[in-house]
Amino acid sequence: MSGLIVEMAAKALKLNIPLTVQLDLTYRCNERCIHCYLDHDDHGEMTTAEIKDLLDQMADAGVFYLTISGGEIMMRRDFFEILEHARARTFSINLKTNGVLIRKKEAARLRELGVEQIQISIYSHRAEVHDAITKMPGSFRQSIEAVRFLRAQGLRVTMANVLMVQNSHDYQSVKALAAELDAKFIIDPTVTPMMDGDRSILNLNVDQATLQGVFRDGALVGNVEEFCTPPRSVDEEALNMLPCSAGHTACYVSPYGDVYPCVQFPLPSGNVRRTKFVDIWRDSPQLKEVRSITLRDMPSCSQCTHGATCTRCPGLAYLEGNMRGPSSQDCEKSYARTGIPSENYKARHVAPQSLQSLNLVQIQGLQPAVGNIPAKMTEGIEAGL
Amino acid sequence: MKNYRYVARSKSIAARALGDETMVMSASDSTLFTLNEVASVIWAAADGVTPLDEIVAKKICAQYDIAPEVAMKDAEAIVEGLADHGLLLLSDQPLTEPGSSRREAP
Repeated sequence: MSGLIVEMAAKALKLNIPLTVQLDLTYRCNERCIHCYLDHDDHGEMTTAEIKDLLDQMADAGVFYLTISGGEIMMRRDFFEILEHARARTFSINLKTNGVLIRKKEAARLRELGVEQIQISIYSHRAEVHDAITKMPGSFRQSIEAVRFLRAQGLRVTMANVLMVQNSHDYQSVKALAAELDAKFIIDPTVTPMMDGDRSILNLNVDQATLQGVFRDGALVGNVEEFCTPPRSVDEEALNMLPCSAGHTACYVSPYGDVYPCVQFPLPSGNVRRTKFVDIWRDSPQLKEVRSITLRDMPSCSQCTHGATCTRCPGLAYLEGNMRGPSSQDCEKSYARTGIPSENYKARHVAPQSLQSLNLVQIQGLQPAVGNIPAKMTEGIEAGL
Repeated sequence: MKNYRYVARSKSIAARALGDETMVMSASDSTLFTLNEVASVIWAAADGVTPLDEIVAKKICAQYDIAPEVAMKDAEAIVEGLADHGLLLLSDQPLTEPGSSRREAP
């Protein structure tokens, strides 16, 4: 991040302003990705009028960076009406989409409206692998066409590659494809639990060896030695560190108006259908609790050698049952990056034999977890890698 | 000698007040700018129909202890700098719909 952005984020934190919001317009989707964490049924999405009113409220509350995501955003017939309203309120807008419904006309409209960036998920450079992951024949061709249409309009496009067992050997070719299309490339090495807590899709995560390979790929991480450097010790300053921006300068709003600290931190904190957005942001007991937590308040992580440098996701910790606890997926990632096990990692991997046999299913569910970056929150890995 | 009287915010930007400052991002190249308190006052008042001298008189000189000539000179420097980056539009005619009938800064 540039110094100016860091400065603005610090000011927003001081003023308690929600600088960044992800708004999911719908959970409906025309793809059925095998790693998706969402329930695609419509349980009562906000209406056009409700969303426009919410956008007005968010602008008044100080939201600057708005990520519009889903589900597939273009499944909403009122998508462009919503986008037009959002741009009239001068948000800086990032879109996350699979691109399948973006053709020349849609790309031109996005250009007219001044969208900042469009992120499209590309899982492989091989159509058969991509389409097997999305479970939608032809989706690779359509998504790549969308990238071309958008680039032809001069729009900034990022190709996001979620790494999983099915495509673990393809990311370098996807990166090359992005370069060929003059698009940015980011990789997300983490499949995260479903929003309802179901962890069954974690078995799609790549193994430690693959993750180590990614973290030692200089083309992705830059200076490998620096990236994989052993953690620095936890000092007084580190103990006062905040976990991440979730709930501090950022939050998430679902298609049903539910407010969470982050898309990957499904702690119900209010609903904009009942309470004004700014009142939830300022007064929600849940958000206040999230804001109160520093590294000092985390019994395990504050004692861990990785405490000061870990990319621990509080949302993933919450999904494991304790927002003050460790996120096992980050413990795995820290280990893959540095070769030094975290306290939590050591505890899990030397569990007494009797415990392993008694809780076999639970322990197996925790084994393959790697990394901490939520599948739909790839900005972190962009900075982190 | 300036050849404009009206100033209007471009449609091709993202912007938000942050305390007494304003964040402005250019859509053309994603460059982020921050405007200080005085520039933020001008930015907020740049509706395309209020003349710059009126903005200076009513929004700057009325709030800050500054001579009108100095304030006007500073305001011109600010708006021309912002126009150079495509953030503001300058015109000798009112810009009722920002983004149309515009002229770039000299």
